This record gives sequence, C-alpha cells and structure tokens, in this order.
Amino acid sequence: MSGPNTNYDPVEVAALDPVTVEAARVAALEAAASATTLDELKAARTTHQGDRSALAQANREIGALPPSAKAAAGKLVGGARGAVAAAYARRQRELEDERDARILAEESLDLTMPSGRPGLGARHPLSLVSERIEDIFIAMGWEIADGPEVESEWLTFDALNLGPDHPARQMQDTFFVAPAESSGLVLRTHTSPVQIRSMLSRTPPIAILCPGKVFRTDDLDATHSPVFHQFEGLVVDRGISMAHLKGSLDAFVQRLFGGHIATRLRPSYFPFTEPSAEIDCQCWVCYGQDISCRVCGGFGWIELGGCGMVNRRVLTAAGIDAEVYTGFAFGLGIERALMLRHNVNDMRDITEGDVRFSRQFGMEI
Amino acid sequence: MRVPVEWLRELVEIAPGVRGRDIAADLVRVGLEEEGIHGGQLRGPLVVGRVLSQVPEPQKNGKTIHWCHVDVGANGQQLTHGIPQEIVCGANNFDAGDWVVCILPGGVLPGNFEISARKTYGHMSNGMICSERELGLGDDHDGIIVLTRYFADRPDILESLEPGMDAIALLGLGREVVEVNVTPDRGYCFSMRGIAREYALATNVDFRDPADIEVPVATGPGFPVRLVDERPIDGRVGCDRYVARTVRDVDASRPSPPWMQRYLTEVGMRPISLAVDVTNYVMMLLGQPLHAFDLDLLPGDIEVRRAAPGEKLTTLDDVERTLAADDLLITGGGEILAIAGVMGGASSEVGPATRNVLIEAAHFDPITVARSSRRHRLATEASKRFERGVDPQIAPVAAELAARLLAEFGGGTIDSTATDVGEPQARSAFDFDVTHPTRLIGLEYPREEVVGTLRRLGCEVTESAGSPIVSVLAPTWRPDLTDGPELVEEVARVRGYDQIPSVVPRAEGRGLTHAQRVRRVVATMLANQGLVEVESYPFIGNGLFDVLGYAADDARRDTVTLANPLQDEAPLMRTSLLDTLLETLRRNVSRGMRDVAVYELGLVTRGSVPKGGAPILPVSSRPDPESEARLYAAVPPQPRHVAFAAAGLAQGSGPWGSSRGFDASDAVTWAREVGEILGIQLQVAAATMAPWHPGRCAAISLPDGRVVGWAGELHPKVLGALKLPARTVAGELDLDLLTEASLAPISAVKLSTFPLATTDVALTVDETVPVGEVEAALRRGAGPLLESLSLFDLFRGEQVGAGKKSLAFHLAVRAPDRTLTTDEVSAIRDQAVAAAARDCGATQR
Ligand SMILES: [Zn+2]
Repeated sequence: MSGPNTNYDPVEVAALDPVTVEAARVAALEAAASATTLDELKAARTTHQGDRSALAQANREIGALPPSAKAAAGKLVGGARGAVAAAYARRQRELEDERDARILAEESLDLTMPSGRPGLGARHPLSLVSERIEDIFIAMGWEIADGPEVESEWLTFDALNLGPDHPARQMQDTFFVAPAESSGLVLRTHTSPVQIRSMLSRTPPIAILCPGKVFRTDDLDATHSPVFHQFEGLVVDRGISMAHLKGSLDAFVQRLFGGHIATRLRPSYFPFTEPSAEIDCQCWVCYGQDISCRVCGGFGWIELGGCGMVNRRVLTAAGIDAEVYTGFAFGLGIERALMLRHNVNDMRDITEGDVRFSRQFGMEI
Repeated sequence: MRVPVEWLRELVEIAPGVRGRDIAADLVRVGLEEEGIHGGQLRGPLVVGRVLSQVPEPQKNGKTIHWCHVDVGANGQQLTHGIPQEIVCGANNFDAGDWVVCILPGGVLPGNFEISARKTYGHMSNGMICSERELGLGDDHDGIIVLTRYFADRPDILESLEPGMDAIALLGLGREVVEVNVTPDRGYCFSMRGIAREYALATNVDFRDPADIEVPVATGPGFPVRLVDERPIDGRVGCDRYVARTVRDVDASRPSPPWMQRYLTEVGMRPISLAVDVTNYVMMLLGQPLHAFDLDLLPGDIEVRRAAPGEKLTTLDDVERTLAADDLLITGGGEILAIAGVMGGASSEVGPATRNVLIEAAHFDPITVARSSRRHRLATEASKRFERGVDPQIAPVAAELAARLLAEFGGGTIDSTATDVGEPQARSAFDFDVTHPTRLIGLEYPREEVVGTLRRLGCEVTESAGSPIVSVLAPTWRPDLTDGPELVEEVARVRGYDQIPSVVPRAEGRGLTHAQRVRRVVATMLANQGLVEVESYPFIGNGLFDVLGYAADDARRDTVTLANPLQDEAPLMRTSLLDTLLETLRRNVSRGMRDVAVYELGLVTRGSVPKGGAPILPVSSRPDPESEARLYAAVPPQPRHVAFAAAGLAQGSGPWGSSRGFDASDAVTWAREVGEILGIQLQVAAATMAPWHPGRCAAISLPDGRVVGWAGELHPKVLGALKLPARTVAGELDLDLLTEASLAPISAVKLSTFPLATTDVALTVDETVPVGEVEAALRRGAGPLLESLSLFDLFRGEQVGAGKKSLAFHLAVRAPDRTLTTDEVSAIRDQAVAAAARDCGATQR
C-alpha cells in the first residue's frame, strides 16, 4: 500500500487506472450475474468486494493521492463500488427468493392424506331432537321438569284419574315392580307423574315441559319399543283455556317443522283431561296435496299425540284449587318426531345403540 | 265399531250421494276416529252372465283351464265384435247354462285390482268370472260363484236373472261399512243407536230413536229371578236391573232373515241361529247385551250372585274356569249358567230343538264386569259394552224388541208377563254454569247454544231466570256425563274443535336449570372427544352382578325386580349404566365397529322396594305432607350417571405413524375432562373396584374427597364373560354429585403480570408410589405461588435402583405482587421436595 503523496498523479498509479477500475467493475458484475447459488455469490463477493479485491485496493490508493486528484479518483472508484454493491445485493435477493420458493415447493404436503387423528364422536339424535324441543318451549318461557323412571303407582295412575280398574294398569301395558300387588311401584308409562310432582311442588303459574324415558310392555319391532321417549307439557294458571293449548301446539309445531304448519284437534278421551283431543299436524312435506305422500300416507295430517284440559280430579289430587285454576296438558312422542323429521324408518336403529346411526347426524339437527 | 251405512240410513237422514268417506269425516269431527272404510271399493262393470260354453283345456303345467263363452247381454263384446264374452277361467265348479258373475275390462276388484283384457293360456281373456273371495263377499275361493246355488233360497231372485244385469246391486257390493274407534267414555257408541245419535249431532239432521217402541205393561210376574249381592264393589251391586221375557213355541231351527244376517255380517259378527242372531242384532242396534236361554233346560229359578271361591264353570269357548269371589254369576236352580255380562256356559243354550226361550236383558256393574273380563282374559261383545256402561233404561225395550223378532221369524207367542227386578241407581241432576264452556275453551258460546246442545244430547236442562247456573240431568245412556267439564267438551265438539282459536299463553320461565345444562355440556364434550352417544335398555339379568364381580354386600346389587319383565332373563333394573352400555359396546364390535367408544347419560336405580311398598293415597284431595313425604321416600333413589366405554384402537396405524389402542388412561382422561368441563378439579387415586382391573382402576373424587366414580381398564374375567375385546376400558361417574359440586360459581383469581420463574426437580421414589401422590405432595409443599406443575420425564434403570423410579417435574412459580428472586424460587422448590420426601419417601437426585 502506498502512503499519502502530495505529488501523485492518479493515472500513474496502476490501481487507479480507469481501465483497470472499469475491468474490475465489469469482472465483479459478471461474477455476480453468473453466481447461481448463494454460496457462489458469497465467494464472488469475497473476490470482488472483499478487502483484497481490486476495487478495495483502488479505494485505499485514493487516500495517497494529492487532494487535487482525490475527487476524480473518488468518483471513479466510488461509482464502480456502488454499482458492484447494488448488483450483489440485487443478486442476493434474487437467489434468496429462488431459494425460498424452492423450499416452499419442497415443503408442499398432500392435504388429502388422512390425518389418522381420532375424529369427533356424535350425540344421539334423540337427545338432539329432545333438546331442540326443550329449547322451543324454553323460548316460550316454559321450564323443563324431570322425575324418576321407577315411579310410584299413585303418581303414575291414581293421581291422573286412572283408577285401579283402568285398563292401562294391567300387566299387558305396564311394567310392575315386584311384588306387583304391594310394591306400589311401576316403570312410568308416561311422564305425567312429573306433572303431578311439579304441581305438588310448585304454585301456579306453572308452565313446564316434561321430557323423558317411558316404558310400555311392547316388544321391539320396526315401530314399537318397550322403552321410548315422550315430552309432556303442562300449563296451569288462572284463565287458561283450550285456546291456549291450541296456541302452544301451533307455536311448537311451526318452530319444529317450520312454516305455517297448522294443527288440528279432534275430540277424544283421556281420563286425565276433560275436554280431550287428539293432535294432528298438517303434513309439512305435501300439505295434503299429494295422495302418494310417504310421510302422511296421503291423508295430509299426521297424528302427533293427545291433549286436553287437565281434569279437575287431577288438579285436586295434585293440590291445585280447581275452582281458581285451570290448565292444559299434552303428550307427544320424541321417537315419532325424530322418525318423521329425519326419515327414520326402523325404531330399532334408534334403540340398538349402533354408533353408525348417531354418526349420521351432526350435533345440531 | 263397524257401522253399516245402509243400517245407519234407517236411523238418520243421509242424503243419497253421501259416501262412507263423508260419514267417517262427520263422525271424526265429533270424536269417533276413523279406523277404516270397508266395501264399496269394487267398481263395475260387474254383471250377471250365463255360461254358453266351457271347454276344458289341460295345460302343460298340469292345470286345466276353461275356455268360456259367456252371455253378458248388452255389456259384452258382442256390441263391438258381435260375439259373447270370451273368458279364461281356472275354476271347474260350473257348467254351461250356469248363471255366474263376470267382471269386465275396466272394472276394479277390491284391493285396487284393475281388470283388463289380457292374453293368457293362448286366448284373449276379456274379464274374469268371480269367486266370493275376489268380490270380498267371503272366504270361499274353491270356485266361482254359481248364482243358482248362491241364491238357492231366493227363487224370486233366480227368476229375475238376466244376462248383463248389474251384479253390484244384486250382491249388495256397493254397500259400505265405516269402522270407527270408540273411546272408553262413549260406551253408547257401541250401538247403531249411539252412532246414529252422534251422526245426527255432527250433521244437524233428525234422529229416529230405535228404542222408541212401546213396551206393553206386564200382566204379571215373569220367570222368577232373584238378585243377591253380599259383596258389592265400592258400594255398587253387581246387577241393578234384570229384565226377562218369555217367547213360547218358537221354531229355533228357522233361519234369521237375510237382511239381519247381512247387517250382522257387516258389523263383523257371524250369523249363527235365529235366537243368537236376534240377540246380537238387538245388541248392535241398542247396545244392550242379551242372552237367550232354553227355558226348558233351565234347572230352576234364576239367581244372580257373587261366586264362591273355587267354583267352576265351563264357558262356551270350552274352557273350564275357576271363579273368584268378585265374579258375578247367573245361576239357575243352583247351577252356574254364566259369568254375568261376560260369557255363558253351554248347559242351557238355545239349540235347534228349543221351543221356549227366555230372553235376559240385564244391567251389570261396569267394574264387576271389567274385573271378570280381565281375570278370565275374556273380552266379549257383552263385556265390552257393560264395562263402558249400558243404558239401564234400555233393558225392557231390548227384551221387547228381541221377543218380537223371535216371534216374528221363529213363529211363537210372547208371554204377557215379564220379569223386571232390581233398582237401577237413580240419576241425579247437577248444576252447570252455562258460561263455563266460554271460559274453558276460550271461544264465545252463547247461552242458547249451550242449552240447545245439551238438550240435543238428551240432557234435561232446567233453567232459572237470570242465573247462569242451570240444572242438568244427563240422559240414561250417557253415564259419562257427571260434571261441568264433560258438558263443556260436548258443547265444544258439537260446535267443532276446528273453531277453537289459537292463543299463545304468557310464561316467564328461568331457562334450563344448572343440572339440565350440565347434562348438555357433558354430553357435548364427550362427543367432541370422539365418543358416540347411545341409548341402552335398562333391563339386566339376575346373574350380571356376579359376572361383574360384585361382592355379596355390594350396594350396587340393591335394585328393583320387574314382576312382568319383557324377557324373563332380564328382570332387574340396572344399577350402573355400564350394566347395559357394555352390551351396546359389544353389539357394535360384533357388527364390525371394532374401534369404538360410546357413552350414555341416564338414570340408574339404587335401592329396592321399601317395606310395605309405596302408598296408594286417596285422590279426593292433595296428600297430607306426611303421606306425600312417604310417597317420595318410597321411590328408590335414581341418580343420573354418565358412563363411557371403549375398545380397539384410539388411533389406527398409517402413514402418520403407528397405532395406539384405547387404554386405561383414556378412561381416566375422559373422567377428568367431565370434571374439567364443569370447572371441577377431580382427584384421581388408585383403587380396587369391580368390574375394573385391580391394577388399572382409578377412583375419581371431588376435591372434598367424595368419590364420584371409577375409570380404568375392565377386569379380564369380566371381559371374557361379557365377550368384550381384551383391554376394553370404561368409566362411570355420578352426574348428580358433579352437578351439585359445580353449582357454586367459581371466583376468578387475579392474573399476575410479574414474570414466571421455572425450576425443575428430579425425584426418586418407590415403584409403588403413584405419580399422582408425588404431584399432590409437590403442590402442597410448593404452596400458593405454584402456577403449574408438569411431569416431563419418567425413567427406571440401574442408576435409579431396583424397585424405584425417577420422576422429573417442571415447576412454574409466580407471585401476584413482585418478581420472585432466585432465592425465593429455590426456597419454594426446596419446600416442594421436602413435602415429597416426607409424604412419598422421595429422594432428590
Ligand atoms: Zn304428506
């Protein structure tokens, strides 16, 4: 390296020869352009930009020039170095982008491949339909009431005006707890004992839905099950009329089956209600317009269950003053709602616990 | 009840164009549900034909068909082809010259079987020659109807036969029968009289009461009848009226008239003999069951009395029945003749040789008849009516009508004397508020409408000026009308239920209860963890508790037994959900779902029948508090549980790696998560509990120590006995306890923003010391500043020593109010280690 020299002609200094500088610049740019990997670029950078590179040497020589020559030499060398630095930076970015793109391409996965991870399970559709029904009544301001399944005979029958000689109390309909003559216990044949318990424990106004498991001595077949689910409704207050019963059923049916589905009441008889009625609802598939309709069999109406104004004897046995309060009650089957709403044709699919059945439905039906 | 439309037309005005379908719709409106419409499904042309020729043609299949030419008059092919009808017929019970019935192309047979000309056995067959069964006339399918024989007793018809005559009218095939369901309160509708009255109400037409016939005043006492009842049921005597009439010199071998047989067939009864047909006809018409005795075979005076236990009677169905003290009997001269209102014996039955007939028309107590009918499993036409209540005033009318019919069709004379003993319970009038229908139905019913409807029903209504209260005396055929709401129903149904407005009642509930929300959140959580919710029947076998390995005194053996289980081998109610859930798991595995995890929420029974059973209380008022408490206490506790079970692989092998089978830790994890989702830190501790594997069972407890259930792998013996896959895991928790434990709202802890300090400890403990205990000791020792604790390493080996294991934990600590110093962190760590050393014998490595 030369020291500062006041009488120094840059042209005479080899390193600062413009031709030499230009050659170094061109060589550096070529090396950058021809580097195909980041490693090659790094090597080229060491050669052409490093401390021992021609341009670095030229740069150092500038210091030795007389002040009069420094500016021109500085401009020459600085320009070359600037161009080289920019070219290397640009090439660096290009090669990095190429590398990144390559890595991303290499990292691509087949996302159609099964994960092997255990999936979701499923709720039982009966539970889901039941909860949906509960929510409909909750939204109308009712509450949900529960009770035991092994239940006292008095709460299941007597209090509901089903006296000792009523046919429903025979062995061919009801599971009796042994000894049948004296246990006073049965498997509840309806959720009505929950209504009685509720009336005994609450004071009007009462508006409750009693969903739950009930039992009848039917053999399991495509349409019957000895264990099935019901929901019964009960409203007791001053001035409750059959119009309120009709209104509640209309609201429920429209919320569950949709649209402007109408209900129809037909006179009937139940010991626990007076007046009593059967509930039909309009077929939500054909609205009675298709005589070959699979859902309603062409009748246009679908039988849902029974209802009526709570018999005064029932109110009285349950401690409600029948002179002051009136009430209505209804009972419908959840299996039936599920079968109708979701085209389930065989009761056994619901009762046998085959996981394939539950898995067909999501968690909100 | 089957209602022949032609019969109904005799009692009410029915417009000519009205069909069975219309009648059914009108009856439905007043509460008689349609069960079906019979007959009338046949569509012509169905015509009378005369066989001109019939040529037997044996077929390759061994059958012989007949190639027939039949003269069907103007209806036939001759109009178009100029030849008689050509028909292939398979039957061989007829000859040329016979009169037959042909259905021609375009006709429809019952069952919607449409007839068209078709090629068969090498001929074009233009219709069918019909059998009784094809026309829905009977079961005879042996051959076609030959009218000469079919109307053998009707020379008038035979003389009038002409080819091409309409056979629908001739055979009465256009007649329809409407079948309706009669609810138990409307016993009077088990008669044409009752149905006609309802139809008249529904359509507002006039009703002709068939009971409106004059019964002559008896000239003296008839056949001696005594009514005795030493054991009335609920104060009601078994027989409160017994009417008997005598018809002498009857030819009982004569047939009943065809119109009567026709009606009986249409209502579903078989014509048998004149005496039986007459009694059945009158019963169907008026609803009063009757019995006809052969007077000459009656051993003596009739006495109606209760049975003595052990007495026997062989009823008409040839079954010897041992009678019970509640049974009411008809006896003659001391000999038992019948179970009153249910079924008679054979001894004094009317036969073809009978000359003198005694007709019984009695009124029996509904409860007495219902009990006998059920006790002897004998549901007869008579018992069906008595159980539901028969009009006590109809007995003399029915007996009179039956006597007249017997005399008319059997020859003979009616005695002018008559028996009529007993005292039917007097009806009593009751007050009725005419505004009651409006209030109970929510629809305006004017006073005139209310009173008018009641009168049309047959009620006697006494009004007093200016008062809404009227006095109502219900008609004798409506024993069901005893109070206001029943009359409200009548008023409402006669106007029509379709008029009732729709009004949504106001209610202000508090939403789901905590317990109800708990059920939903637990059920949803388990489904999200990959388990499938199922339902299983709660019935189990006697041997299950032994199979599960329960000790003799295990509380889970305490349950109720069903007196009439569906299957004799499963008479008990489950005491755990796993009792039945495991069977559901097995069923899934057997159906090919070998990797399966299921769960169930439901009630289990934990207790048996209390001494003396649950009380049957009066219903006339609310139970007194003591009785009510007794009632609830008698119902066995039925806590709500959640249970889960899994078998096979939790994760299968594949490109992602190797498989992992369900193991005990899955069951324990699900149990922990049930707690976690409810905000409860459940405690896990090693336990020995059937039916779990003794070394792979964890007791799951609330923070206060109460055990809520168990989880782990099932005992290999249990798995073997229940045919479940090896290593099946399961758990069951008491959801009621968890509900209670999660009731109190959780208080939030203020979050510290000071830095977290971490430190590790490595401890050596005996192999037998559970990790959970070491963790618990570390937590106790570390105190409140410990934020989290996690096991990150476990190893065994020479460096640790035989029978020992080494556990390494991360501890993370943080103070609410400051940055912890290194010394403070070390001190916490030392306290944690000290506690582990003291409580678990741990040494620091
Ligand atoms: Zn439809």
